[in-house]
Amino acid sequence: MPDTLLALYVFVLACFIGYFVIWGVTPALHTPLVALTNAISGIVIIGALLVAGAEEASGLTEIMGFFAVLLASINVFGGFLVTKRMLAMFKKKKK
Amino acid sequence: MSANTQAQAYLVSAVLFILSLKGLTHPASARRGNFLGMIGMVIAIVATLMGSEVQSYGFIVAGVLVGAVIGGVLAARVQMTAMPQLVAALHSFVGMAAVLVAVGTFINRQITGDLNAVLMSELSAGIVIGAITFSGSVIAFGKLQGLLSGAPVRFTGQHALNAAIGVVTLLLAIHFAMTGSMLSLTVMTLLSFVLGFTLIIPIGGADMPVIISMLNSYSGWAAAATGFTLHNNLLIIVGALVGFSGAILSYIMCRAMNRSIINVVFGGFGSDAGGGPASAGAVAADKGVKSASVEDAIYWMEDANRVIVVPGYGMAVAQAQHALKELMEMLEERGVEVKFAIHPVAGRMPGHMNVLLAEADIPYDHVFEMDDINPEFASTDVVLVVGANDVVNPAARTDQSSPIYGMPILEAGKAQHVYFLKRSMRPGYSGVDNLLFYQDNVSLIFGDAKDTIEGMVTALKGSAH
Repeated sequence: MPDTLLALYVFVLACFIGYFVIWGVTPALHTPLVALTNAISGIVIIGALLVAGAEEASGLTEIMGFFAVLLASINVFGGFLVTKRMLAMFKKKKK
Repeated sequence: MSANTQAQAYLVSAVLFILSLKGLTHPASARRGNFLGMIGMVIAIVATLMGSEVQSYGFIVAGVLVGAVIGGVLAARVQMTAMPQLVAALHSFVGMAAVLVAVGTFINRQITGDLNAVLMSELSAGIVIGAITFSGSVIAFGKLQGLLSGAPVRFTGQHALNAAIGVVTLLLAIHFAMTGSMLSLTVMTLLSFVLGFTLIIPIGGADMPVIISMLNSYSGWAAAATGFTLHNNLLIIVGALVGFSGAILSYIMCRAMNRSIINVVFGGFGSDAGGGPASAGAVAADKGVKSASVEDAIYWMEDANRVIVVPGYGMAVAQAQHALKELMEMLEERGVEVKFAIHPVAGRMPGHMNVLLAEADIPYDHVFEMDDINPEFASTDVVLVVGANDVVNPAARTDQSSPIYGMPILEAGKAQHVYFLKRSMRPGYSGVDNLLFYQDNVSLIFGDAKDTIEGMVTALKGSAH
């Protein structure tokens, strides 16, 4: 099977997982959900690492990679930490 | 680390991300979910760094360090009321990162001579989606932060213009995929940025919960497209999860407004009409609306069996959630049952009100979704509407000509007494007059919501039982 077709398989099946998992999220946690998905979409950092760290990377692509790493890390750190902060507020409520 | 070991690590990471989202099913398991997500991210990053493809680390370490500091500070400092802006800003970063990754990958592969038409079409998809996400999110941020007017900006030929830009972008993408032309790539990228701008600028403030979710979805698809480019299954899986998350939230928000996503994206409600709060009382009298004092409301509330609070964006603006918590406690001391009713689209992003109430330490078992609490309004003594408007407007049920007709509402008007805390007679974001104002059992208390509620707390303290 060609790589692209395999990738399509993975993509379509992952869409189904996403569909079923997200419907289970309680509406009270929709804002943390947005923040958490924001953090995990920071996974593009992997692409950024590959660009910035590639052997053939030149000055220009190193700079592009640097900014991509920078932006994606803001997402990763900011997203997870702000989600943590929000969820901690939901924690204290337990009676 | 061999490619196989790396792929196995990515698989573990993907599973952790799925479990992470699954954790949000309930507040009690949500913190663990967030933690699993962090572990998944660490595994993914370490596995990538240890792979053979990453050869130099200087720029990477610098980027991560600076990003960590900025992200950490943003997360620690942001006010809960400003969460929609933060989220919009974060969406824009993912979009821009995806663009940079795609362009950087193109240039690197040009050097290694590892380019083909399939790869270049995948690159185009990453660039177009990423660029639209970036500039769209920047506009959303500007509107939420008040840097741009929240009013929809519309002009004739708007749809034709968007369609034209879209078609030209597509043609350029095809040309680029076939020839690898740097010029096509550049123009396509620029046009995609423009498209994000022209797509979001016509959308008004009331539709922000949908737009935030939509951009959330785009940022996921951008990550997935990057995954196709790099043949990285982890990115594809995570992108699909995030893409679907945003898509489902958009759907839920649209359903809560009884509108189609097409209608939100291309239509837009009326604008946030002007009008000063100064003469609010006079306008109210003209229109046959009763205005009431804090004492009136207290009189009914302290002897009530049940009070339901309906929070809206006005509560967020006034930062009234902490005062509400105090009011809740005072009333509960007097044996009054206090509940909070949340409409799905109250606020500026999905679930925004829940977070604000949680911030003020209001127990989440006091907070109810629309369908759960609607049957209780009829047997409720007092409803306190704090800065919400459209979500309680009976015009949605009775007035077929109303733009919000058919939208499910909180049936606040069925209660014995309804008190609206409002700054002015200005209609809500839909621009529709609220029929509830003219009902016999309804009064308005003008002023800043926080001041008003603090006034209620003081009055309650004064009237010892």
